[in-house]
Amino acid sequence: MAEPLVVLEGVTKSFGTEVVTEILHGIDLEVLPSEFTALVGPSGSGKSTLLNLLGLLDRPTSGRILLAGRDTTGLTDDERSAVRGRSLGFVFQFHHLLPEFTALENVMMPMLAARGREEKGMRERALSLLEEIGLADRALYKATKLSGGQQQRVAVARALVLEPPLVLADEPTGNLDTESGKQVFELLRKVSTEHRTAFLVVTHDERIAARCDRILTMVDGRIRSDERNARA
Amino acid sequence: MPFEVLVALRFLREGKIQTILILSGIGVGVAVIVFLSALIGGLQESLIERTLGTQAHIVVRAPEDLVRPVTESSPGLAVAPRVERPAQRLRSIVGWPQTLELLLTLPRVRAASPTVAGAAFALRGLANRSVALRGIEPSSFRRIIDMGPRMTAGEFRVDATNAVIGVELAADLGVSVGDKVRLETPAGRSEVFLVAGVFDVGNKDLNARWVFVSLRAAQTLLDLAGGISTIELKVAEIFDAERVAEEIVARTGLQADSWMKLNQQLLTGLRSQSASSWMIQFFVVVAVALGIASVLVVSVVQKSREIGILKAMGTRTVQVVRIFLVQGAVLGLGGSLLGSALGAGLSFFFASLARNPDGTATFPVNLTPALFLGAAAIATVTGLLAAVAPAERAASLDPGDVIRYG
Repeated sequence: MAEPLVVLEGVTKSFGTEVVTEILHGIDLEVLPSEFTALVGPSGSGKSTLLNLLGLLDRPTSGRILLAGRDTTGLTDDERSAVRGRSLGFVFQFHHLLPEFTALENVMMPMLAARGREEKGMRERALSLLEEIGLADRALYKATKLSGGQQQRVAVARALVLEPPLVLADEPTGNLDTESGKQVFELLRKVSTEHRTAFLVVTHDERIAARCDRILTMVDGRIRSDERNARA
Repeated sequence: MPFEVLVALRFLREGKIQTILILSGIGVGVAVIVFLSALIGGLQESLIERTLGTQAHIVVRAPEDLVRPVTESSPGLAVAPRVERPAQRLRSIVGWPQTLELLLTLPRVRAASPTVAGAAFALRGLANRSVALRGIEPSSFRRIIDMGPRMTAGEFRVDATNAVIGVELAADLGVSVGDKVRLETPAGRSEVFLVAGVFDVGNKDLNARWVFVSLRAAQTLLDLAGGISTIELKVAEIFDAERVAEEIVARTGLQADSWMKLNQQLLTGLRSQSASSWMIQFFVVVAVALGIASVLVVSVVQKSREIGILKAMGTRTVQVVRIFLVQGAVLGLGGSLLGSALGAGLSFFFASLARNPDGTATFPVNLTPALFLGAAAIATVTGLLAAVAPAERAASLDPGDVIRYG
């Protein structure tokens, strides 16, 4: 069995200082390379909180998160940013492209942030990813000029541009109509296979969950069930 | 282009109205600074030019005669109950050629000219006027006060028995170029001179009193054979004059008066003018800084979602800080370019409003490259500093919060 990408050990998360509310109660979890995992559960079960912890966007109250074998507990904000840029890709529910930039520039942005300036090959790499998601002809469109589905596909390309081993997606199809949602999901599956990237997808959609390799169900801040889909 | 600059410029470009408004604000501020500096600088320069155009920067003369009273009695000596100040007679500077040479070696002294000055009467027929006789050496004196452009008739020639007088005196005596004038000193010596030229220095009193003759003629008339009464100096930097004068006093033991000492009121006027100008400029800079800071603070709030995204994609805190610092600097620089153009335009417009009869501007403006560079530097640094607080605020945004609630 392959070395796990991410390991969570007894992770809890509480909010509030006077009235402390524990959202996550001791989560233990391993995510394997190239695994396509669905995270489902009712609203308020802690899915997004867990995702933010995994994405190093937030810190756990207790417990440890190991990313590629490395403990992330003591890292500074900047170190976490660096790890994020290198090892993680994000696809958010509301696509979250930078509206000031074109589709191409949005895809290039993680490379620019990591290297500090445009270097040779970045543009070509971003363009080939846009081609892969079928939006090469929209490369020079402002993000705001794209449809919701197109924006979400650009966000997928952006998440993949640094070839992270893990992409976290928070309701990537939640904001789209059925047809666009289906297209985006197909794209996620396709790039997961082609780029050998692990995906962790938070979703409400049963049909989407049913087509993932693994389904984690969360209820009340705990992982209720962890099933592997035989079909995949 | 560095990543931070790319993002900063794009943020500014996409925030069209805000950017245009704040650029205009900075522009107006910088225009005020440029205009005010140009105007005050120009006014001061013309004021100084008018004052120092007919005046040496430093006048060196022999020390005054002093009495040394006996204040302590001792056998055989009487103590003076009252000390009378001696009448000052015209005296030569002892060893003046050496002194002149010494003065010319001082680093800040640009020119020095020996002169003989004394009182005399100008006589013609029944008319007589008391005048200030100035014996000069034309070649070196030209570098102290250039009389050439101030001549209204004839030329500035003071050799042999040629004299140059002012327009008022010429009118009083009814003489013009080529006529003869007798100069007589209180001691009774007199000499006839030929009027070689008539000048107008723009000061009625000086036009009525100054009579230029050769050094030798003045020495003879004033009974100062071979001697000189004053050395007139020009220094490289006019506001150094007082310090140079003090240095001369210390090194030669002679008396040295700078234009600053002789024109105390002018100096006070110039200083308070400068002070008020600085004050206005300081408050303009403060207003510009507050404007930039407030626009950037608003921008941080507006862009918090974008900042969160940038951070989620691996942008480091220091990069976020730089994005906002660059915005501040670019706003400052851009605004200063706009303001420099506006200020220059305003200055020229103002200068063209009122003109002297001779075509020069009544309100001279002094636009120098240094002024523009200074304004640009101040505005850029101000922008940079004003951006510090908003940048810190942007850097402290938590990407998790922004993405969760954004």
